[in-house]
Amino acid sequence: MMIKHLLSIDQLSTDQIDLILKTADSFGEVGTRTIKKVPALRGRTVCNLFFEPSTRTRLSFELAAKRLSADVITFTADSRTSVSKGESFKDTALTLQAMGLDAIVVRHTSGGAPKRLSQWVDASVLNAGDGANEHPTQALLDLYTIRRRFGGIEGLRIGIVGDIAHSRVARSNIKAMTKMGAQVTAIGPPTLLPVTAGSWGIDITTDLDALLPKLDIVYLLRVQKERQVEQFFPSLREYSLFWGLDRRRVDLMKPEALIMHPGPINRGVEVAGDLPEMERFIVADQVSNGIAVRASLMYLMLGGSQELPAPEHS
Amino acid sequence: MARILFKGGRLIDPASGVDTTSDVLVAKGKVVEVGTGLSSVEAETIDITGAVICPGFVDLHAHLREPGREDEETVASGSAAAARGGFTALGAMPNTDPVCDNAAVADKVSAAARRAGLCEVIPAGALTKGLEGRYITPVGEMVMCSAGVRMFTDDGKGVQDSRILRRAMEYIKGFDAICAEHCDDAALSEGGQMHEGYYSDLLGLKGIPAAAEDIALARDLVLARLTGVRFHALHVSTRGSVELIRQAKAQGVRVTAEVTPHHLILTDAQLQSFDPVNKVHPPLRAASDVEACRIGLADGTLDAIATDHAPHSPEEKEYEFELAPPGMIGLETALALMITEIVEGGVLGLTELVRRMSTLPAGILRLNGQGGPVTEGTAANLTVFDPAAEWVVDPNSFASKSRNTPFKGRKVKGKILHTVFGGDLVVRSGAIAAEYEAAVSAATAMAGGPR
Repeated sequence: MMIKHLLSIDQLSTDQIDLILKTADSFGEVGTRTIKKVPALRGRTVCNLFFEPSTRTRLSFELAAKRLSADVITFTADSRTSVSKGESFKDTALTLQAMGLDAIVVRHTSGGAPKRLSQWVDASVLNAGDGANEHPTQALLDLYTIRRRFGGIEGLRIGIVGDIAHSRVARSNIKAMTKMGAQVTAIGPPTLLPVTAGSWGIDITTDLDALLPKLDIVYLLRVQKERQVEQFFPSLREYSLFWGLDRRRVDLMKPEALIMHPGPINRGVEVAGDLPEMERFIVADQVSNGIAVRASLMYLMLGGSQELPAPEHS
Repeated sequence: MARILFKGGRLIDPASGVDTTSDVLVAKGKVVEVGTGLSSVEAETIDITGAVICPGFVDLHAHLREPGREDEETVASGSAAAARGGFTALGAMPNTDPVCDNAAVADKVSAAARRAGLCEVIPAGALTKGLEGRYITPVGEMVMCSAGVRMFTDDGKGVQDSRILRRAMEYIKGFDAICAEHCDDAALSEGGQMHEGYYSDLLGLKGIPAAAEDIALARDLVLARLTGVRFHALHVSTRGSVELIRQAKAQGVRVTAEVTPHHLILTDAQLQSFDPVNKVHPPLRAASDVEACRIGLADGTLDAIATDHAPHSPEEKEYEFELAPPGMIGLETALALMITEIVEGGVLGLTELVRRMSTLPAGILRLNGQGGPVTEGTAANLTVFDPAAEWVVDPNSFASKSRNTPFKGRKVKGKILHTVFGGDLVVRSGAIAAEYEAAVSAATAMAGGPR
């Protein structure tokens, strides 16, 4: 059985994650066809509800839904505008409820918004990132990407580098990766490592150089420039000096180790300007896999367990 | 005025050290006779065998929202909620719109309370004009006005500027009033949504460290000692605060402190629901803080139980977590929660609970006729409750205009049966007495329509 809403990685069993990733393989194949579309969700309506600016996640969900032949509508708003108009989040939810949607993909600056939304609507709610809480589909597409590259996830050593404290990508990925048996270490400035993260079943360190030779995957997080303004670290230069990935640090890595990043990349901060072009920097993989994984999820959550439709024509 | 004889109840009167079965006869606004085997032909006789009769509760800390947000609460509806909770007096916090930073607003609140006639309302005055932390309010005028303001605070926020706070304390001391603080170092708590700790890390919500409260309280205690003002710490919520107050008391600083039912019962684990009904300032803390508050209450470090009743409209609590305002209501659940958790949990005995909810807070505010003693000739402000009656918290049954309680659906023990205010039965068998109900609805309707 698949879940009704995807709000947090906590909801998924390892079997469910396996099923999502396995099904994503089929949708990856659909994406290579000339006609990249199957009728699995024909006549169903998916609403992209974005209360925070996003390009890649919104487009990825939109493409995924379209590959399944769903109708897609997009609603972008600023939650503060709703409040100033006197409308509560629940009012927005009830408006959407009245539209008879099948799925709502929601991105919000405020943590917990998808969870609250799921209590007010009949549609399936997919969390596309809520505050610093979770970004479960990012974690699933990352698992998928890792599995395609390494054949499995169990036993891999993964270092997540950067602003763990404010990162929903980190929270979802730490849950997902540890659940699938990877050994995860969080690395970053002491101010950006949650004090209690030691209880998450991961290791924590500030010393990137010491860890690099042991890692199979270096997962870089985007470092927002405002963190420096808020004095989480003294300067961007200091950040790069200790936690930025450059050629010297790449040379410390195992030859087969890979570099991942949820995007958008902050060149010159968490990663030296010329690195993203390297073969082992597999951001493009993550992006294209994202469509397949999100299609897989929507298919499993909305379409049930029916046979995956064959190509419309060969 | 009514003549009422309460027969067969257990009289708990901490002020006179009485805890025994005793009848209480009330007439003309006063307690006329206390003893066994009383009878009176003219009096309405109410058999309260098995129930407790005690001085009415006194809440040091409630938000009545009038003037400004009458859609959330009015002085009349808040008074009704208080009466149903067994309170016969409460301190109304000044963060209204306009702010209660002058005698005119204080008198308006006080007059509205007298019209409602359900309990005594003593407005607290703002410490600084507009709660902006810059200029001291006309303390003297507010103390002398008919509202009789006796506590000054910028509750909702702390005074950040130590120089201003020091001056305010010195000035307030001159009028023998109380300086009360919402202890918060705003630079540390800015943008915070919940207690900083395991759950804020887990949920990714911005934390408010316990240090924000501890640091502000430590400074306040230093200034209280320097100025000699009577200082009151509002809604103490951290282990560090309890320890600081314990030390200050041992050193002879004139400090009193209150703690809320929610800080004695709930932890930050509640926040996992992302339901803003659990959002409150100071935030629900870690289990170790709750434990420290319980110990502090038991050993007397924390003097009084206060509700911090903070009504909010349903739509505001249906905003996204970060946009929803902090606060929860508490007048109608305080006694039951305290019996269920604090008495049954072995923190305080029932007699001591009455002292912390009535006698002690009445003493802090120096209210005549409140908090007992329940003896011949004293003002008849009394509460009768059944300590064993069980009920389930249903916000829709509240007299308060708001519904924002995190205790909805909780099974509790201890029910208010009757409340006597100024000699009149304002709550009869758990409900607002008929003759007051119409007045409350009228006053509430008068106070303002939709926002």
